[in-house]
Amino acid sequence: MGQYIIRRTLIAIPTLVVISFVIFIILDLAPGDPTASLPLTVPPEVRERIRETLGFNDPFLIRWFKWMSQMFIAEPLNATEQVFNVSLGDSEERLRILSWSSRAPVIDTILERLPQTIWVLGTAFILGVLIAIPVGVISAYKQYSAFDNVGTFVSMAGYSMPVFFTGVLAIVIFSVWLDWFPSFYDTTHKVTDFDSFVFQLKQMAMPVGVLALFNAAALSRFTRSSVLDNLNEDYVRTARSKGLRENRVLLRHVLRNSLIPVVTLIALQIPGIFAGAIITETIFRINGLGKYLIDSILAADIPAVQTLTFIFAALTVFFNLIADVTYGLLDPRIRYD
Amino acid sequence: MNVTQREPVLEVKELRTQFDTQDGIVHAVNGVSFTLNKGEFLGVVGESGSGKSVTMMSLLRLIPMPPGEIVSGTAMFNGEDLLTLGEDALRKVRGAKIGFIFQDPMTSLNPVLTVGFQIQESLKIHQNMDDKQSRARAQELLEMVGIPAAADRLDNFPFELSGGMRQRAMIAVALACNPEILIADEPTTALDVTIQAQIIEIITDLRDQLDSAVIWITHDLGVVAGLADRVLVMYGGQIVEEAIVNDLYADPQHPYTKGLLGSIPRLDQKGAELTNIKGQPPNLYSFPESCSFAPRCPYAYERCWNENPPLLNVGESHFASCWWDIENNRPRYVS
Repeated sequence: MGQYIIRRTLIAIPTLVVISFVIFIILDLAPGDPTASLPLTVPPEVRERIRETLGFNDPFLIRWFKWMSQMFIAEPLNATEQVFNVSLGDSEERLRILSWSSRAPVIDTILERLPQTIWVLGTAFILGVLIAIPVGVISAYKQYSAFDNVGTFVSMAGYSMPVFFTGVLAIVIFSVWLDWFPSFYDTTHKVTDFDSFVFQLKQMAMPVGVLALFNAAALSRFTRSSVLDNLNEDYVRTARSKGLRENRVLLRHVLRNSLIPVVTLIALQIPGIFAGAIITETIFRINGLGKYLIDSILAADIPAVQTLTFIFAALTVFFNLIADVTYGLLDPRIRYD
Repeated sequence: MNVTQREPVLEVKELRTQFDTQDGIVHAVNGVSFTLNKGEFLGVVGESGSGKSVTMMSLLRLIPMPPGEIVSGTAMFNGEDLLTLGEDALRKVRGAKIGFIFQDPMTSLNPVLTVGFQIQESLKIHQNMDDKQSRARAQELLEMVGIPAAADRLDNFPFELSGGMRQRAMIAVALACNPEILIADEPTTALDVTIQAQIIEIITDLRDQLDSAVIWITHDLGVVAGLADRVLVMYGGQIVEEAIVNDLYADPQHPYTKGLLGSIPRLDQKGAELTNIKGQPPNLYSFPESCSFAPRCPYAYERCWNENPPLLNVGESHFASCWWDIENNRPRYVS
């Protein structure tokens, strides 16, 4: 297993290099000018000099290599220096990935915004899985019962309605009409006591709820059909013929077999969650990574877009690896050699 | 002592099971009654869809419900009716007192749990064994069913074993708690002939050792001839003939049994032509009001179309549900 993980990680490196190259090509082909958002009073010569200092006029490959060296050499070295408080070589001269619009290091901005995204996205994702799996299992076990029918209806509704619709709907209902939750997320809010914790929960409720519903919808349907398939298997009858309790039959025998395909879907959903986050963060004004990506795209801030997209890609590759490892834990028939 | 005279361990009366499908109600088992005696080897034969497996699975309520439904009947086992027993009490019978071996060893074991785990599970539940005790017993069971290097096999997953080995493991699961009755549902159908012979030997040996009664469901009349004390022949969800094994082969009383026996090649009748039973197995969408074999029966006459024959006593411990006396070539008169 350890060997497998190392091998997969090594294979991921060329994959990520290729991904970064493709992202770079696409961004380079896209129209956009980093000086476009400057006031009209800035004369063209100045604009040209700004472009020059940003490295916008360098040949494509040079820019790509520069970005690569910044991303994979300079930034990791900086991080090591900061964590261990040491100085490795010429740390003053080392070039970091700088945002074209704010001139701040992109990585620093990302680290600032990461907690919000992880809080909202992570909670929504975990909540989605925690809702979907029990709902799917119970729906399958009590097929065509009232619970199953309600579950089917909610899943269908949740799956058919995009986040940008349910998000706005939630704001209208819960913020405007009922005034239960704030309509936007205050990223500067700090949890210090119980009241501020309650406020944090309140402001997380809508974005988390909307995203969790969307994630849970597809997942619960998938879990349901997977459990249904397994309930008809011969080994379930064997388990019952041994005199096992129904909950043991379901949890020990059926669930584990049913989760094998579900794990794939969870892993495949993760990139979709980032996409959902971009929309959710925009709707609820969460100052997270998704919002940062949208802002950077609008400002033609290519280094930021490149870095963020690359990080999303790397996370997708990482979660695929996690899915493959989880497979092996669930299914003994899968061998890693 | 003749096994048919020993005390009964299971008495099934008028069992009826049906399935509510989209195309209508399938009458899978229509009033089956039989008795199983202690230590007896009972063969149940019949073609696919004759209701053999459903009958036996109904006894432990292992058919999927819904769509399945046990409409009526009793199955007395140790003074309790298995068909109306509460869930908890039924679980104490399943696996502990009645063991079940299923047809397909490839799919009947859970693919993600080790063989040891699957055997130990029932020991832990029914005999309150701890991990160590149950593991020792599981190893003993695997040795008993002839699995070499049993200690290592305990940690194997089903996919790591061959078909024959899996069926042995399945038998070990069924035998774990020394059941009084072992129901084997076509245990050798999915296996090749040499493995089949070994499995049969294992089960007969175990029957002799443990004095369990065995119900062996099969469509292989040859296997039954060599093993069973008594045989039930099923057709269209009913028992059409019941006899001591030698009587059945020597003197079949039901045209269907006769047809079945006539379709088996025999070593002592070289060159004899094999007969076949013309027509199709009955469709079970309607409850049999007439003899369900009548459409295929060369002896069928008016009464067969109007009245479904009950099991009639046609000899010592020999019953057949037929209105025609083949031997004397005349209708069978019932008092």
